[in-house]
Amino acid sequence: MQPILYSICDRLKLNERRLFKLLNVNTASFNHKLQGTVRMNKSELFLGDEALAQGALDAGISGAYAYPGTPSTEILEYIQSLPETAENSVHCDWSSNEKTAMEEALGMSYAGKRAIACMKHVGLNVAADAFVNSAITGANGGLIVIVADDPSMHSSQNEQDTRFYAKFAGVPLLEPANQQEAYDMVFAGFELSEKMKLPVIIRLTTRLAHSRGNVIRKDKLQQNEIQYPEDDRQFILLPANARRNYDALIEKQKELTSLSNSSEYNTLNLGAENSEMGIIATGIAINYVAELFGGRDAIPYPYLAVRQYPIPAQQIQEIFSKCDKILFVEEGAPFIEEMACGILPNDLKISGRLDGTLPRTGELNPDAVAKALGIATEGVAQLPEVCKPRPPQLCKACPHIDSYNFINEIIAADANTRVFADIGCYTLGALPPYNAIHTTVDMGASITMAKGAADAGVHPSLAVIGDSTFGHSGITGLLDACYENTKMVVLILDNDTTAMTGTQDSIVANGILDKLVNGCGVNPENVHVLNPLPKNHEENTVTLKKAIDQDGVSVIIARRPCIQIRRSN
Amino acid sequence: MKYDIIISGVGGQGILAIAMVLGKACIGEDLQVRQSEIHGMAQRGGAVHSHFRISDGEICSDVIPLKKADMILAMEPMEALRYIPFLKEGGKVIANVEPVVNIPNYPDLEEVKQQLENAADTFIFDGSTIAAEGGTKKALNMAMLGAASPFLPLSEETLTEAIKTQFQGKKEDLIQKNLDIFAAAREAANV
Repeated sequence: MQPILYSICDRLKLNERRLFKLLNVNTASFNHKLQGTVRMNKSELFLGDEALAQGALDAGISGAYAYPGTPSTEILEYIQSLPETAENSVHCDWSSNEKTAMEEALGMSYAGKRAIACMKHVGLNVAADAFVNSAITGANGGLIVIVADDPSMHSSQNEQDTRFYAKFAGVPLLEPANQQEAYDMVFAGFELSEKMKLPVIIRLTTRLAHSRGNVIRKDKLQQNEIQYPEDDRQFILLPANARRNYDALIEKQKELTSLSNSSEYNTLNLGAENSEMGIIATGIAINYVAELFGGRDAIPYPYLAVRQYPIPAQQIQEIFSKCDKILFVEEGAPFIEEMACGILPNDLKISGRLDGTLPRTGELNPDAVAKALGIATEGVAQLPEVCKPRPPQLCKACPHIDSYNFINEIIAADANTRVFADIGCYTLGALPPYNAIHTTVDMGASITMAKGAADAGVHPSLAVIGDSTFGHSGITGLLDACYENTKMVVLILDNDTTAMTGTQDSIVANGILDKLVNGCGVNPENVHVLNPLPKNHEENTVTLKKAIDQDGVSVIIARRPCIQIRRSN
Repeated sequence: MKYDIIISGVGGQGILAIAMVLGKACIGEDLQVRQSEIHGMAQRGGAVHSHFRISDGEICSDVIPLKKADMILAMEPMEALRYIPFLKEGGKVIANVEPVVNIPNYPDLEEVKQQLENAADTFIFDGSTIAAEGGTKKALNMAMLGAASPFLPLSEETLTEAIKTQFQGKKEDLIQKNLDIFAAAREAANV
């Protein structure tokens, strides 16, 4: 839209700001109107995840790194699906976990090329060591960390808000409000990353990650050539260098805040006459406010739509000075709201998630926002009573069903049996009719928690983990157990894929798993490979019983491919 | 023009494929689209739905507010009932007659149908039979799309083109079966 805008400004002899003022519009609504009338390119439909992926390819990445995790999985999947990825030698294979992905992307940035690392919010915990230190090294080639948060925990264990990580590490964060912005922000993010020599986070939430919308693409950028950092010490975080780099990072914060205050993605509109209340909305939350009034232009209150961080302090001060009270509408945690409230007494009138005007947790929706704005709606989210819940379940003929069936024989025979499970389809073993597991916490926690429990004297102590999750972060736990020869059993449910997120390739497929188990130091007599089929039920129960009675750590590899991959083959 | 649809069913019934076809048809007619869908855990045999919004102007929210949907298009009856709170006054329900009974406490089917009839302008349609007669039960989704199509702000031509694009690369006879099932259902519904 920029070229058209410039030519209009040129003809009218106005700058953009003046033009927008005359038309009483902001940048976003002007662009929207322009798109409606002057279709330069035909739009295409993209999932939020796909818009980021296409944006990354068009903005000249040389590599994308990720481990699957809902709602971020489709970013790398989309990149893998395009012929242009291979044609342009863009790296697109899965990594073992988010930490390796983050470090690989950082290595590509070190070499001067553009890279993205993609993960779900809890994946950033796994990658946190590399991520936080990447703020200290800074970037060389553009580096974007795309993190998909999952408020309401549709497919997650918590609803942490990645904006805290950005502030913690001291890096800028962009937060698209729609699919077009998701696409555009990859370009903006790389520009910002290469200008400030810092990694940039793009944060999105489930609703945008998994929603399709119209996107108009830009001209493609070329990939960077290899170019090493000018400063030899930049990436060597010896304390002396790290202290110097950290000072430089702190120094950059002023400029980052100034960029936020003038960002096209932080839309301050003080035009509304009613200044009784102002609205500060973040990320996609502005859409819910706009929905209630029939478009952003029709919002009858002054508002600030924040999509670039660090927080635009000056703009926030401006809207506070104009309005008697402020409603915060944030998709995620009350991140800015908490900062604005502070802890000392003040006479600011602030409402939002903290005072209960909006729900304290969970994702927002137009109805919750309507209630916060005092707009009456007829809708009641009450289910007809006859409607029963239909939770997810293991597929018919899934190998995990057979594994849980023989595990349940052991539980039935000995009530002291404790089963520590992990993250994957087999987490569904928690639900009826199996009711077979006692814990699920994070990727890899099955083996380590089973070990801790065994250390405490629990017996039998069983860990249940999938092949892909074992590759992600189960191996180190098994090393711990082997080092001490802890009396416990690790069941690796090897279905040859990462099933829960949609059957992505497992990095420990093709016979590597057995070698890894042996290589960790498990006594070969304590390794049992079995086929979880109904006809083998009794034999498999006997094998598990034997493994429980063996000295030290035993490993059972229950091997049968996921029926979803068998179908697609 | 604005038209909001909730497409619902059970994981594996092809809800996302309907949404993809609708999306392609909208692009074909130069319309704005928002289509929110469920991925991940819920897809494993659980209740699945997609919010599909069509407009010739700006669409703000990715999700449809309560009592604003123009249509619920459901692959099975109870999954139609689940989204009734989203349907506007005078909105339409198009539901396949055959239930997916994969839970132990599936309610009485007649009662589900009765409640649907009481709650909305309901059209219970036998998409399962049309798909089976057309040679592929898996094309239930295209049968239900066919049944809904006379009421959508999209032409038969763009929908047909969109189905062809959606199944591009599949075997020719499978594409034809899907097209025939769509057409048969459209005709059966358009009375």
